[in-house]
Amino acid sequence: MPHSLTPPLTAARLVIARDLTLAFRRPEQLLQPLAFFVMVTMLFPLSVSPELSQLRAIAPGVLWVAALLAALLALDFLFRDDAQDGTLEQYALSGQSLTWLLLGKTAAHWLLTGVPLSLMAPLMGYTLGVPPAASAGIMLTVALGSLALSFIGSIGAALTLGVRRGGVLLSILILPLAVPILIFGSRATELAIHGEAYVAPMELLGAIVVLSFTLAPLAAAAAVRISLE
Amino acid sequence: MSGSVLRAENLHLWRSERQVLKGIGLTVRGGELLQLTGANGAGKTTLLRALCGLNHLEEGRVFWNDQDVREDRAGFHASLVHLGHEPPLKPDLSGVENLRFWTGMRRRITRAAIDDAMRSTGAGEFSTRPVRTLSAGQRRRVALAGLVLAAVPLWLLDEPTTNLDTDGQELVATLVNAHLQAGGLAIAAVHHGLGIDPARLRELNLAA
Repeated sequence: MPHSLTPPLTAARLVIARDLTLAFRRPEQLLQPLAFFVMVTMLFPLSVSPELSQLRAIAPGVLWVAALLAALLALDFLFRDDAQDGTLEQYALSGQSLTWLLLGKTAAHWLLTGVPLSLMAPLMGYTLGVPPAASAGIMLTVALGSLALSFIGSIGAALTLGVRRGGVLLSILILPLAVPILIFGSRATELAIHGEAYVAPMELLGAIVVLSFTLAPLAAAAAVRISLE
Repeated sequence: MSGSVLRAENLHLWRSERQVLKGIGLTVRGGELLQLTGANGAGKTTLLRALCGLNHLEEGRVFWNDQDVREDRAGFHASLVHLGHEPPLKPDLSGVENLRFWTGMRRRITRAAIDDAMRSTGAGEFSTRPVRTLSAGQRRRVALAGLVLAAVPLWLLDEPTTNLDTDGQELVATLVNAHLQAGGLAIAAVHHGLGIDPARLRELNLAA
């Protein structure tokens, strides 16, 4: 060969840079999950009670369920465009490891959906009567939880590529796997709201992130290969 | 690169009830073009996809330089470009941005090299316009620039002249000729001859 192949980390970085550029050229897809998250959390003060103490009590659950559903909504877009325009096929033929490329894609997806969600979560918490002192804790838990969800969700998104209107199927596949994230995430948020130490559930969330980070890209790559045939 | 050989033996592939590839065998050496001909639905696209591993073969083996491609798939893929019906260009990126990405996946590339390649395929004028504003023929010219930039020995071309004007069809012939002269090899699914030096040309008719 006249030239040496681009190293996998560089290739993954190229994928991240490209996905970020594409998202900012077409921000509608970016705003959709965020708008959904804001709308759902805003409905609770209207429907439950304007009483702040009551809202504060349900805030962790509301924030987490809304964030989870918003993240699931966003997962549907993860591979769909690239599958339709043949980009995934070319990824598979690029000589690069598909696992690394999908790792890059999933990381970009988290930067575009998980990070905005975690920045928005303390704000929405504030509307539910959560003290501003809990902001850092909420942001951190939602960031970690959405990271794990992006990786786990990448398996589901890859598996449902061949299915027309796979959005519902994707949710059914992923929700059971997302339950631990929901449990530990809302527990950590609850502790943060009460000003207590939330390290223990955060560590469990961290463990889920590590596990999904190491295994999910491999599984997603295998699923994408199957869908290409 | 001149010593490269692609060989396939006894390829069988089924699409549900229909057998699309029935024991196809082929050998292409460096400097040769294999033209795949046959009616629509004869399996030209399928054969090209099966050769590079996008379609699963029920039976048969593909050898790249006498090594079974299953032993080193990544290495085989790094030596080929598959150009399908619709080039995978993102509509919201410009031609330059698209090519910088696809070439960057394979090797280091400079902006000057991309500009040169795009000028050589007649895509220089619209290289910085978003691909969504380009016509189908213009998109194909961008994709052809990508093919040149990849600098790999094996080209798998599915109807490379689709959507191109007369000039563009001559351009494809020029590019393929230059590729073959440099020792590369190519397999192309075509309906009309590409205008390649007959000494370098081989043909496989899939209708039979």
